[in-house]
Amino acid sequence: MTWLLFLEQCLNGLQFGLMLFLLAAGLTLIFGIMDLINLAHGSLYMVGAYLVASISQATGSFTLAIVLGVAATAAIGMALEVAVLRGLYRRDHLSQVLATFALIIIINETTRVIWGVQPLPLNVPGALSGSVRLFPGIDYPAFRLVIIAVGLAVALSLYFLVARTRLGMLVRAGASNREMAMVMGTDIRWLFTAVFGVGAGLCALAGAMLGPLLAVQVGMGENILILAFVTVVIGGIGSIRGAFVGALLIGIVDTFGRAFIPTGLRAVLSPSVADVAGPSLASISIYLLMVGVLFWKPQGLFPARG
Amino acid sequence: MNKKLLCLALAWACMASALAADKIKVGFISTLSGPGGVLGVAIRDGFNLALEHTGGKLGGLPAEVIIEDDQQKPDVAKQLADKLVKRDKVDFGTGIVFQNLLQAAEPAFLGSETFYISPNTGPSDLAGANCNPYFFAVSWVSDGYSEATGKNMQDKGYKNVFVIAPNYPGGKDVVNGFKRYYKGAYAGEVYTKLGQLDYAVEISQIRAAKPDAVFFFLPGGMGVNFLKQWHQAAMGREFPLFGTGWSFDQDTLAAVGEPTLGALNAAHWNLDLDNAANKKFVADFEKKYGRLPNEYASQGYDAAMLIDAAVRDVKGKIEDKTALRRALEAANFKSVRGAFKFNRNHFPVQNYYLRQVVKDDKGRFVNKTVATIFTNHPDAYVAACKM
Repeated sequence: MTWLLFLEQCLNGLQFGLMLFLLAAGLTLIFGIMDLINLAHGSLYMVGAYLVASISQATGSFTLAIVLGVAATAAIGMALEVAVLRGLYRRDHLSQVLATFALIIIINETTRVIWGVQPLPLNVPGALSGSVRLFPGIDYPAFRLVIIAVGLAVALSLYFLVARTRLGMLVRAGASNREMAMVMGTDIRWLFTAVFGVGAGLCALAGAMLGPLLAVQVGMGENILILAFVTVVIGGIGSIRGAFVGALLIGIVDTFGRAFIPTGLRAVLSPSVADVAGPSLASISIYLLMVGVLFWKPQGLFPARG
Repeated sequence: MNKKLLCLALAWACMASALAADKIKVGFISTLSGPGGVLGVAIRDGFNLALEHTGGKLGGLPAEVIIEDDQQKPDVAKQLADKLVKRDKVDFGTGIVFQNLLQAAEPAFLGSETFYISPNTGPSDLAGANCNPYFFAVSWVSDGYSEATGKNMQDKGYKNVFVIAPNYPGGKDVVNGFKRYYKGAYAGEVYTKLGQLDYAVEISQIRAAKPDAVFFFLPGGMGVNFLKQWHQAAMGREFPLFGTGWSFDQDTLAAVGEPTLGALNAAHWNLDLDNAANKKFVADFEKKYGRLPNEYASQGYDAAMLIDAAVRDVKGKIEDKTALRRALEAANFKSVRGAFKFNRNHFPVQNYYLRQVVKDDKGRFVNKTVATIFTNHPDAYVAACKM
């Protein structure tokens, strides 16, 4: 184990964490502020990735595809909110889970009808496909550096949006006391639609950034949704800051678990035992982290509602 | 009037051939929706193309194919198999893609002495101690592809190989097949979580371990993720990448594109295999479906052709199960992979080829056959079969 490899794995962890943050940010907004368990969040991520893949294939421009894909997914998200989810805010979480689970199935099969069963091609644009020499001995893929940059930019702008703007103030007001905000003249319905649109747009951005690294296929949303929920729960439901810290923690723990637990166990246990225990332990490391956090901080690291 | 005519015709048909069936009923259960649906659809399309080539008949009798979607859920597969056997009383079962689904559905078929022709998964236990007179795999044994890859890497003189596979029994089985033929050292052996998304950690490890070559087995979306990330990290320039044919089927090549270029993989079939049956299959498949066929489609095609040949050989008298089994064992059909014969465990003895991903003259990514790794290769489990 050299320091260079250690450094590279740190970068990998940071990058994986920010990947998760892109998805968890929208989820925690909707979950925390609107008190809606939206299982279909992963489906919006899939729709976003599909739109970006198709548009970039048709136009040849990755940037244009991101802009159009994010806008279209935000519009789809808002239409979904107005048509279906609005009726669920006053229902209990079980109804929300059932309804949004139905949405997953409907959206998956619709995607299959439109785009077919085969994964869509979405590759890194030529200019970003190379590697960047960070230090002698570490060539890091340029696109992964872009993911890190986009993740940090999204974190900063969301923080600014929620903490420093009038819209953010209304969002926080609507979240902490819906009736009072309405009495004060805030149009909560419109506000929630807008929040949902932002969440859906973030999904599409995540889809665009992860699409070149992951298979763009039906069901891609469900794979990553569980990790996004773990992030939200660790960070504290509704807290952008929590989602950010939670995502980075998961990224680092998962990366280090995979990189060092199997080799570490081999040093202390017999090879046959280590070979069985190592990979299994590495795959549950983030869930152990979640158990630990919930044990000491049942509300998550940064509870949004005090 | 029509009904009367039909009744008369049926009655006549029954009298005319007291023993022979009047039609062949096939129960086709496959994964047609969800993430794994791409494989089931390929098998179904291959099967349907074969039926088109036989004029909608199997062995000269009208074919009735009942197609069901198992949604990649073992409980659904089991229910469908029960329904097909008990209510529809099918003569043959086929179609299942995944091993865990076959395990759930197989008792319904084999327990009722209904022949099951596997167009894909070939579990090693069914090739060995649990071999069954009613089970036939027209595809391969589960570690056939990795045995061939291991043999090829051994022959090429690689001495220090890095292996990566998912951490589940199927992944370990495939790696065991590889180890049976590759005898060199290991620069590393990593077992990842099933369904893992990001492989940056493992790619960094591989680069640090400096192997001669890398063997990976990551089925489905995992393989697509790995290939894309491998390509972005520019690993292909430093380390030759070997895989099983499952990660490089034609649909994957079309979907992933550039990152697959140059990768080496082993399989029992390829687009460019030079035999008349294959040429007709590939040309007609492309004409009918507008895409090139893959391994799975070729297996679906062969499954239908095997049934067709067996029913023809027993002259439609499928009630005589011993005769029908003999006919299936004889496998008197022209497989698209070329020479085909069953071993005594009802698994194929066949060639395995080394293929490399290239761009063809139309700019499509396709596999090119570069060498024959095994000729008439039996599986490793047949000795344990008491049949």
